[in-house]
Amino acid sequence: MRVLVLIPGPLRQTADNQAKVEVDLPEQATLGTLLDHLAARYPLLDRRLRDERDGLRRYVNFYVDGEECRRLSGADTRLTPDTEVQILPSVAGG
Amino acid sequence: MHLLAIGTRKGLWLATSGDRKSWSFSGPHHPMTEVYAVAIENRRERPRLLVGTTSSHFGPTVVTSDDLGETWQEPDHAPIAFPEDASLERVWQLALTPDPEIVYAGTEPSALFRSEDGGRTYSLVEGLWKHPHRERWEAGFGGQAIHTVLPDPVDPLRLTVAMSTGGVYRTFDGGASWEASNTGIKAYFLPDPYPEFGQCVHKVGRHPAAPERLFLQNHHGVYRSDDAGATWRSIADGLPADFGFPVVSHPHKPDVIYNFPLVADGDRFPPRGECAVYRSSDAGESWEALRNGLPDGFWTAVMRDAMCTDAADPAGVYFGSRSGEVYASTDEGDSWRRIAEHLPDVVCVRVAEV
Repeated sequence: MRVLVLIPGPLRQTADNQAKVEVDLPEQATLGTLLDHLAARYPLLDRRLRDERDGLRRYVNFYVDGEECRRLSGADTRLTPDTEVQILPSVAGG
Repeated sequence: MHLLAIGTRKGLWLATSGDRKSWSFSGPHHPMTEVYAVAIENRRERPRLLVGTTSSHFGPTVVTSDDLGETWQEPDHAPIAFPEDASLERVWQLALTPDPEIVYAGTEPSALFRSEDGGRTYSLVEGLWKHPHRERWEAGFGGQAIHTVLPDPVDPLRLTVAMSTGGVYRTFDGGASWEASNTGIKAYFLPDPYPEFGQCVHKVGRHPAAPERLFLQNHHGVYRSDDAGATWRSIADGLPADFGFPVVSHPHKPDVIYNFPLVADGDRFPPRGECAVYRSSDAGESWEALRNGLPDGFWTAVMRDAMCTDAADPAGVYFGSRSGEVYASTDEGDSWRRIAEHLPDVVCVRVAEV
């Protein structure tokens, strides 16, 4: 199945300067599966999104069809065909 | 030309000067990242800047520049990564060694990493990570971190590190085995005030020409060791307070050190709000206040890596404040000028001739 990933401006240079990336995934894939696929293509992007234990960075949000993944099942959130995953830095810093 | 690197809580500023009086600034480099660790390796064919950055959104990393900050390089895969049940929070220290290819990084959580490619990629020093004391190292207010790394200037197998909290540890076999080395350092906040380890060391300084002599600013207490850290004794007499963060050695005179006293743990200001660097010219036996050109009403502090010296003669001394000012002296601390203001909180400064 194919899902669409929206990359925020600050991270686009780690993803060949693309704002949108399409990823082919196996059926039953999760957000974690998607991030693994992204990591293979863009390792520098991946480590902005996850630490070395594959934990989602606290102040990066992953909206799966409009719902932040932590209100779903986090990295285990199931994706479906044509899911749109929007990555957005949260309001943090100062 | 001198290059001064100023790490702040919101990025890195670089300043260059031919005469150490007039400085040209650029920055912020790596804006909105906390820059707690900077090193300038000026023995390479092209000087290399090494910078530890931490983005609150996108995490920590180490970047390098071989063109004095015009461009920055970073490996795709994390230059510093824990192999198992931990993740890197921050790089607190990037320490150069006699071999420009060998660089050490001190991190939060408390660990030591070693690079053999000039500071671009690092591997964990497992002997310290697997030390049986590690589970009893605690976090200070700044987090649990190795913030001080002192490679021996002569023997590559010898290395001293310090952490908050945990104290001083030494290796004599290149990092395979480590021993706590805190005899005489007080931990007033523990039931046993003189434990084997657990001290909250803030910084350790050393002059390369006198590697057996170490100077240490503790979380209360200023100490000297004359046996490479095996034992410590107080040198706080003559200081207005024994709290503070940095302790820095003079580049050419092993008996000259600099310190920035704060009143106390619960009162982290210079006495009376008077900005003052203290200098000892006899290895801590006596101290003098250096205030010429420094302000009153200085209700701020100088962090552990926010003071450094250059290698010129007479030596330059530099420090930055949490209030975003940088002061510099070109006469070994006798007089000072403010060379930057209105920066974010300064957390580290490093200078080198490039």
